[in-house]
Amino acid sequence: MGAERAAVQEVQIETEVAKAPPSPARELWHHFSENKGAVAGLAVVVLLVLLAVFAPLIAPYAPSAQFREVILNPPGWQAGGSWAFPLGTDAVGRDILSRLIYGARYSLMIGGIVITLSLSVGVILGLVAAFARGWVEVMVMRVMDVILAVPSLLMALVIVAILGPGLVNAMIAVAITYIPHFTRLTRASAMSELTKDYVTASKIAGAGRVRLMVKTVLPNCMPPLIVQATLSFSTAVLDAAALGFLGMGAQPPTPEWGTMLAEAREFILRAWWVVTLPGLAILVTVLAINLMGDGLRDALDPRLKRS
Amino acid sequence: MLQFFLRRVLLVIPTFIGLTLVAFVFIHLLPGDPITVMLGERALDPEREAEMRAALGVDLPLWQQYFRYVWHVLQGDLGQSFVTRRPITSEFFALFPATVELGVCAMIFAVALGVPAGVLAAANRGSFIDHSIMAVSLTGYSMPIFWWGLLLIILFSGILGWTPVSGRIDFLYFIEPVTGFMLIDSLLSDQEGAFGSAFSHLVLPAVAVGTIPLAVIARQTRSAMLEVLSEDYVRTARAKGLAPWRVVGVHALRNALIPVVTVIGLLVGTLFAGAILTETIFAWPGVGKWLVDSIFRRDYPAVQGGLLLIAVVVMAVNLVVDLLYGLINPRIRHVR
Repeated sequence: MGAERAAVQEVQIETEVAKAPPSPARELWHHFSENKGAVAGLAVVVLLVLLAVFAPLIAPYAPSAQFREVILNPPGWQAGGSWAFPLGTDAVGRDILSRLIYGARYSLMIGGIVITLSLSVGVILGLVAAFARGWVEVMVMRVMDVILAVPSLLMALVIVAILGPGLVNAMIAVAITYIPHFTRLTRASAMSELTKDYVTASKIAGAGRVRLMVKTVLPNCMPPLIVQATLSFSTAVLDAAALGFLGMGAQPPTPEWGTMLAEAREFILRAWWVVTLPGLAILVTVLAINLMGDGLRDALDPRLKRS
Repeated sequence: MLQFFLRRVLLVIPTFIGLTLVAFVFIHLLPGDPITVMLGERALDPEREAEMRAALGVDLPLWQQYFRYVWHVLQGDLGQSFVTRRPITSEFFALFPATVELGVCAMIFAVALGVPAGVLAAANRGSFIDHSIMAVSLTGYSMPIFWWGLLLIILFSGILGWTPVSGRIDFLYFIEPVTGFMLIDSLLSDQEGAFGSAFSHLVLPAVAVGTIPLAVIARQTRSAMLEVLSEDYVRTARAKGLAPWRVVGVHALRNALIPVVTVIGLLVGTLFAGAILTETIFAWPGVGKWLVDSIFRRDYPAVQGGLLLIAVVVMAVNLVVDLLYGLINPRIRHVR
């Protein structure tokens, strides 16, 4: 197996010797596309993004439009269903398909905002800890330990209890619980980069602290951060949906999938479609992002490869 | 060795101090004055109110209030519930066994299925079995468990009618709480059918809580097994002509389980998060549901106390796991 691979590599080296080395993006894609599951995940994510962006064009109805005469209508293929509402209607006669399509907007936006918030705060704290050392580092890392000591959903619930329920507050709460992961990761990789020669060279050349942090060290810490960000994106979608489900996240009539599930709970044994479909949407989204994240990890960091 | 133990134990102290700070600040960040909330709508004469503030120590400077709070916490006094007026600790520990029972059963389910699944996948690496097990486990890992619980109810309670929808045991039975664990208490009570009823109430919530740990354990077992299977001593065992199942199941598994044990310890936090959602869905009377209810009732001392107690439990379990890991795996002790 090993010899085979070496031989293949040699052939590649021979044929590509004249050309310029592949660009990093191309190399990444080359490794990424070897993983079929990851490509499938990426395809689903792209589809979801398109659905979210073009929701008003694709969805048959507005997400809050009520059709009082068709309350709890089953999906089109079931007896009593109508193809005017392909996935049926909910308890107040809203089209479920349209609500699910609009819901993609919320889930992707939640994931994006949560990751942006926690990644940026976490990276700054991690860099500061790695560069400052001493009591600053101790303080930062101990605070992170405290956040990590509380199960993330519980921490998020408590933060929402302070800020009050709502979509924005739920996003802030979830973001806070993810900061420690990014801080620890950034600090660890920054510290190992700091011992390397190129950083010393940069220091001798007179680079200032901020330049050293942002331009010299940070780019080399990015691969694990990107992987962590992708995998956290999916847990952010899950956690925000869980908060919505508990009534602490997005409030009705927002077509957020977790909130839709909470509204549908009382019809659980009467109308399977109002309960099943929003959850399925969450599962498919999270699964696709996780598949993509696994592939990205293998492609970006072969050392972490799960073989 | 002793040094490793001491260092690890001492690390708990700053985290605990931090937690008390978070819990203390939590009450003070809340909108509204706690005394006003506590007194309710009834207007009191100012004299009585001042008396009460003094009794509760709310008139002291903030830092004194904090030390007062920590002093009470260290004596096991976490304050009173706004709603029931009972001490938080007695409320919490009355419900805690239900959550522990749920968590332990969920973990048994997760380990009993997850470890064999991971071993099977690793032993058949790259095969159809491996790919299917990994696909199922990634799906389990991605599962919104609040939805998964509802699906289980639809299938097993709604369509098949096998299990009840909520609670810990049928109302027919009156069970004397001896251990607090319904499975054991129902056996002790000697009532016919009580154990069966308790068991059928527990199955679905335990499966729901155990699903994500199951997926994590299966993945972890697989990768640990793959690592071990490529070691020389495994090759030696094979070369000696041992049966393949013996090599995989005994020689390799024993060493592969070390990292898996650590992961099991780290999953306690996940279990609590799962319990919060699952207990709410199945009306399981544990601390998870109590916490959510307390948030809705604006019973903030209960939320504050629950937060602190759960965090301490998680911290204690992680500490024990870390120490055990140091005991099993000497390499870790010398890492600074």
